[in-house]
Amino acid sequence: MGSRASTLLREEEIEEIKKETGFSHSQITRLYSRFTSLDKGENGTLSREDFQRIPELAINPLGDRIINAFFPEGEDQVNFKGFMRTLAHFRPIEDNEKNKNLPASEPLNSRTNKLLFAFRLYDLDRDNKISRDELLQVLRMMVGVNISDEQLGSIADRTIQEADTNGDSCISFQEFMKVLEKVDVEQKMSIRFLH
Amino acid sequence: MEDFWAGVLWALRIWLYLIISLIMIPAMFGFSLGISETYMTILVKTLEWATLSIQKANAEEEKVNASASNGLIQREGGSMEKELEELRRSRPKPPEGGDFTLSDCFYFSRRGIESIVDDEVTQRFTSEELVSWNLLTRTNNDFQYISLKLTLVYGLGIFVRYCILAPLRITLACIGLTWLVIGTSAVGFLPNSRVKFWLSEWVHVMCYRICARGLSATIHYHNRENKPKKGGICVANHTSPIDIVILCNDGCYAMVGQVHGGLMGILQRAMVRSCPHVWFERSEMKDRHLVTKRLKDHVNDKTKLPILIFPEGTCINNTSVMMFKKGSFEIGATIYPVAIKYDPKFGDAFWNSSKYSMVSYLLRMMTSWALVCNVWYLPAMHQQEGEDAVHFANRVKSAIAHQGGLIDLQWDGGLKRAKVKDTFKEQQQKKYSSMVVGDDSSGNSD
Repeated sequence: MGSRASTLLREEEIEEIKKETGFSHSQITRLYSRFTSLDKGENGTLSREDFQRIPELAINPLGDRIINAFFPEGEDQVNFKGFMRTLAHFRPIEDNEKNKNLPASEPLNSRTNKLLFAFRLYDLDRDNKISRDELLQVLRMMVGVNISDEQLGSIADRTIQEADTNGDSCISFQEFMKVLEKVDVEQKMSIRFLH
Repeated sequence: MEDFWAGVLWALRIWLYLIISLIMIPAMFGFSLGISETYMTILVKTLEWATLSIQKANAEEEKVNASASNGLIQREGGSMEKELEELRRSRPKPPEGGDFTLSDCFYFSRRGIESIVDDEVTQRFTSEELVSWNLLTRTNNDFQYISLKLTLVYGLGIFVRYCILAPLRITLACIGLTWLVIGTSAVGFLPNSRVKFWLSEWVHVMCYRICARGLSATIHYHNRENKPKKGGICVANHTSPIDIVILCNDGCYAMVGQVHGGLMGILQRAMVRSCPHVWFERSEMKDRHLVTKRLKDHVNDKTKLPILIFPEGTCINNTSVMMFKKGSFEIGATIYPVAIKYDPKFGDAFWNSSKYSMVSYLLRMMTSWALVCNVWYLPAMHQQEGEDAVHFANRVKSAIAHQGGLIDLQWDGGLKRAKVKDTFKEQQQKKYSSMVVGDDSSGNSD
């Protein structure tokens, strides 16, 4: 299927995606073949249902949030380019990329962008702030029915207290980055893509 | 004009005689004239040569593709506990209020994205990916122009497969199936006696042998001493309906299944006349007790053939074994596990039932190079004391996966069509909760 699928992907498109995401040529064609096999509607885009059909993702407590990260606000289809753009957040940071100091724009797999991906999992209404309510909702997704409301509430309170520096009882992206500054984001938010 | 038709008739006659004398008769009595062996040797040589020339043509590219068969990503196999532990190392455990950090979502995101890129389940329901092109245009390695020589061989291959092998195989399959219907119906008229059993077995095996020749099947049986015996249940991994032909080439089994319509229905009705297969009506299938009871009755009758069951309940692409349904393990009979592994080099044996109909699948098989497969009979297994059916089923599954060199998966093959059950997600949530608040308090809130 791989090469049959790749013939549908134009060389220019591959080049464009390569430039934007940093994936190699063969990674792009192989991911395209994966994309088409997920695309049950065969219309060149993926819907939320297409993602939910992956059993391992369906049992992931944050599965719905992760799927959501693929869809820009208000849209319910994602094309191959958008698909690749989101996946690119999880490319490991290579040594040569660190030194390059690209002036134009930050690569998708930078530490900041990786953190932004995580931040948006919590930021349900996309207002660039995590409120106590949002944090509670995401916590509830992660723990299911196993923890009581009071206990979850105190966890949320404590988490916000720890992170909040300006006293608005919300976590902004700056505060989010500050809390996680000691975490090895580069490694923990990366997947080992093979050639 | 008359001369022409006489010529055609004459050619057809010769064709039939040749088939009968060279293939049918040997097949009936289970010996071989060495024609298929010669064909296989030539085939293996050709494919080896093709692989070599492909490698030579893109020696540097090949290095990149070497990892292609291993998937797109390399997963880190750490458990949830271990990974979250690592994530939390950077901060001390708070004295109260539960252990949660904002970075916990890293674990779930990475797992989630990994499963989007490359998951264990859905890819088992599509054709296996091959490392190198096998001169067929129907795998991940589509037609590639490498050299003129190779293209010529490919063209010749098309001619041989479609113009010589395909008509031959279709004729054989038709004869085989007709024989099966006529033979079993005829045997069915005989009174129940040892002669009838013997004749019925002979007719069955003979027809399956003819059908197997119709697929150019080369089957290697291993450990024949463990062959399923009467009064037991034979369980095998399932790749395609052809599995039945493969297994029945070496002995007869009682089939279990739903009554079908059409061609399958005719076959089923004919077969049940000569020997006791267990067919269920669609409505009966839902009644689990009835199914279990009829299977039990069959197994308890020591004169009846061993039952053949594919407990996965669906066709998997021959790279892995998926969850075994526990039904056949509840009966308490001796289980004879059998592992079947096809060689994907010669053609893709997997029946992707959501993509191809039965007939178009068979036509694809008949226009492939050949069907090469290994069958391992494993030692009989019994349910141990205190072991429930689910564990027993898992134990048998692992044994089959290990022997066949297949990946042992816990997932249900039913996911091909159905959605995953919520309980699996609840398990994940429970596991995570116990990481947050500790085991004891999660127990309280249940």
